[in-house]
Amino acid sequence: MHSGYWLIATVGIPLVAAAVLVLVPDERRDVVRWFSGAVGAALFALSLYIFFAYEIDRGGGYQFFIRWDWLQNVGFLRAHGISLAFGVDGIAAPMVLLTGIVAFGGALISWKIEQHNKDFFILFWVLVAGVYGTFGSLDLFFFFFFYEVAVLPMYLLIAVWGSSSTFPTFTRTKEYSAMKLTIMLVSASILIFLGIFAVFHEAGKGTFDLQTLYAYHFSENFQRAVFPLFLIGCGVLAGLWPFHTWSPDGHVSAPTAVSMLHAGVLMKLGAFGIIRLGIQLLPAGATFWMPGLMVLATVNVVYGAFSATAQRDFKYMIGYSSVSHMGLVLMGLATMNVIGVDGAVLQMFSHGVMTALFFAMVGSVYDQAHTRDMTLFSGLVQKMPFFVFFFGFAGLASVGLPALSGFVAEFNIFVGTFKTYPWAAALGIFAAMLTAVYILRMWSMSFFGAFNDRWSGLREMTYLERGTASLLAAFILFMGLWPAPFVDRISETVRHLPGVS
Amino acid sequence: MNLNFDYTLFIPEFMLAGLAAIMVALDLFAPQVRKSWLSYVAAAGLAITAAVSLSWVNKDATFARIYAVDNYTTYFRVLFMGTAAVICLASARLVEDQLRHPGEYYGLIILSTVGAIGMAAARELMTAYLSLELLSFSLYILVSFAKFDARSNEAGLKYLLLGAFSSAMFLYGLSLVYGVTGSTYYSGISGALAAGTHGFSFALLMALVLILAGLGFKVAAVPFHMWTPDAYEGAPIAITAYLSTTSKAAGFALLLRLFGGAFQVVHNDWSWIIAALAAASMLLGNLVALQQHNIKRLMAYSSIGQIGYLLMGVAGLSHNTASALVLHLTGYMVTNLALFVVIIAWYNLTGKEEITDFRGMRERAPLLAGALAGALFSLAGLPLFAGFVTKFILFQAATEQGYYWLAGIGVVTSVISLYYYLMVMKEAFVTAPAEGETHRLRVPYVMQGLTVALMLGVFYVGLYPQQLFSAIDNATRFLFV
Repeated sequence: MHSGYWLIATVGIPLVAAAVLVLVPDERRDVVRWFSGAVGAALFALSLYIFFAYEIDRGGGYQFFIRWDWLQNVGFLRAHGISLAFGVDGIAAPMVLLTGIVAFGGALISWKIEQHNKDFFILFWVLVAGVYGTFGSLDLFFFFFFYEVAVLPMYLLIAVWGSSSTFPTFTRTKEYSAMKLTIMLVSASILIFLGIFAVFHEAGKGTFDLQTLYAYHFSENFQRAVFPLFLIGCGVLAGLWPFHTWSPDGHVSAPTAVSMLHAGVLMKLGAFGIIRLGIQLLPAGATFWMPGLMVLATVNVVYGAFSATAQRDFKYMIGYSSVSHMGLVLMGLATMNVIGVDGAVLQMFSHGVMTALFFAMVGSVYDQAHTRDMTLFSGLVQKMPFFVFFFGFAGLASVGLPALSGFVAEFNIFVGTFKTYPWAAALGIFAAMLTAVYILRMWSMSFFGAFNDRWSGLREMTYLERGTASLLAAFILFMGLWPAPFVDRISETVRHLPGVS
Repeated sequence: MNLNFDYTLFIPEFMLAGLAAIMVALDLFAPQVRKSWLSYVAAAGLAITAAVSLSWVNKDATFARIYAVDNYTTYFRVLFMGTAAVICLASARLVEDQLRHPGEYYGLIILSTVGAIGMAAARELMTAYLSLELLSFSLYILVSFAKFDARSNEAGLKYLLLGAFSSAMFLYGLSLVYGVTGSTYYSGISGALAAGTHGFSFALLMALVLILAGLGFKVAAVPFHMWTPDAYEGAPIAITAYLSTTSKAAGFALLLRLFGGAFQVVHNDWSWIIAALAAASMLLGNLVALQQHNIKRLMAYSSIGQIGYLLMGVAGLSHNTASALVLHLTGYMVTNLALFVVIIAWYNLTGKEEITDFRGMRERAPLLAGALAGALFSLAGLPLFAGFVTKFILFQAATEQGYYWLAGIGVVTSVISLYYYLMVMKEAFVTAPAEGETHRLRVPYVMQGLTVALMLGVFYVGLYPQQLFSAIDNATRFLFV
């Protein structure tokens, strides 16, 4: 069998699942749950297969390659004008695996959704299909197509199943957050849209095929002019400062599984877009603009960490910590050297799994307590040891404890950054220290100390939640203890990226 | 000169005229059929005629050089008849409840379709004008068809007065063209303009401005859009749907044939006018739509915005942009019909048409809510649905002609439009139904079937448009001969 079918299946399965769910009657909630659980398991298995079957020693090219022509020889399009071209390289392979893990985890965590869970899972699987499609696409049109598919369900997912929160000084309604997120992300894609128009027109090849466009040499001035469009357009989704504000608000209002997917994989699409559309398509533009990205990324890292130390809401804290950690990804990309970009991709994976675990944990306490204010909790460890264990585990990964995934990733990023921008690396390490501050602060506030009797009704995590958390934690440990499968895949590809030295 | 008087070319139009007469006759002589069955008879007749018109695929003939029957005409014949069939089916309940003379209603819809087809087929100025008037006169009556509704009367009167005014301008423009070039045939005009050595002609510029103003009224491009919101709001909803689809599409069919066939040689003299109209329509339509509370007015402004996108394709007129334009037009028509079928079904069940009245649609009519979401996403240009592909192709085609700035405005205004479409979706999905209005509503099977069929169409255009786009590309080839 053609190996490309496996990759097509990652998009096909969730889309077909969404279509099948449309036909399930509203009130058959258990059918929806078991079906979605099975789809999640299948995708997880498929992603594992794609990750491990990716052959390291084939020089970092595209594997699982497949091309189905979609529109050609019509209008301004020539042969292979728009094709469903799929393939993974060493960067996309770990991302596919990440999507499988988080999608499976998200499907399990959403087991307890009661209100129209059918609609929820339809949108959820459309979102997952969009994410897989973006990671797999080797066609500019379909890259953008799936990128937008991933954003499309967000409004309803947050506005219908999310939660509004009242804080001492302000109220954050779910409708507000959903609209802010959608409009900011779609506005950002205006820039990508314009970039695509320009690239297609300039190349004059009559095709959106990325490999053809990669082979075309765009003039230096053109690259410099167009690269910022892709950088900022994709950067917004990656949480680039100062366009990150949709992210913490979105997380606070989103239901658990959506937060997981969102911080776990959706933000990675942005960073991935910077690699695919920015660095690979316009390397000279990237070289020219990367110092600018380094400045913004450093602000991201430091500002995100400082903001996180000031939060009382679990989700806001994690949201800002995501801004900070995504800043590290951008910092790694901005180095434009092999070790830094390696680190960036490792961090994309590491942060994805870690944040998903964070949000899963917050969900398990919020669903019972209906508050996320960490100052109200105290001594949770006495009541919910498993919960504290997993939450703490994610926290340690976030701090960058050796033997966990965060360490591997951040180490690479800092080494790469020290080579090129020592000042940025110094600030980054300072921010990593701040991470310890806000994580330990949360522990001391909520997890340890005297038990607050108000919460005597809280129950331990369900077995399903423990299972999900174990799955995510296992991958944190896997990457921390044995990073070779990741590093081998990534570095082989990164070494061949244009403009990366 | 050897003219070809082959009357068989008109068979589909003759059939439609006959069908219209049958409608009126049935209404008169068989009143037992008239209410509940008339819409099905009309739709079946339209479907049969559409099938018959397919026998002219890949033929290229003209009737006395004034009326072309080529793939372009065939494409629009099928498109317009399909649209009219959908409108007839969707009107059934409305007609039963509100209208006195259903035969005339369906007859006028069918006659207006003949006019619309003529606009696509005409290759001569007077033929084009007569077809345009046939469409317009039918619409004037249809808009005011709800006789006992003051809003409908007001809408009809406004539409009639402004329509007559714009027809006069259009006609004056045509006469100036004849004065400058000495011909009313598109090919003759093109030839005279190509041979002309007189350089810039003020009379020709006047003619182009007047023609564009006249057609601008018909398609509701800014600044000639003032009638649209009122006419849309006052007309019976099914006619609003008809105004936003066939009426506009016919305007574009004429515009493409006329400017491609007659004025393409002086492209530089008029492209800037259309570019300006396009930019103004996109911006004004989408910005004013943000303020609307009534779904019909919202759709009016949203359609003005859509006209802006389409005009972008006319500004950089070439074979490629014409194909992209017709593709977007087709996707837009299917999507808009789907959306209007939902609005009509909801109106039939609840009697309400404010946006806030959509609250609780998810609970009360899930199928309608799903189609509403899909259609709105499509109009906003999000993927999986028709709007994404067609807009993408159209904007890229405009970029290829050097209208990068228009494509930029197009993308920005698409995002603006997403905001107000989401506000509609919010009512349907997020806001809980009002007290005592939580029970499931029963949507009639015809409306369910129409909704599903049209949504499948939206997905077809959005997910695999190769055959459709090829057919369109093949059809628009005939514009530039």
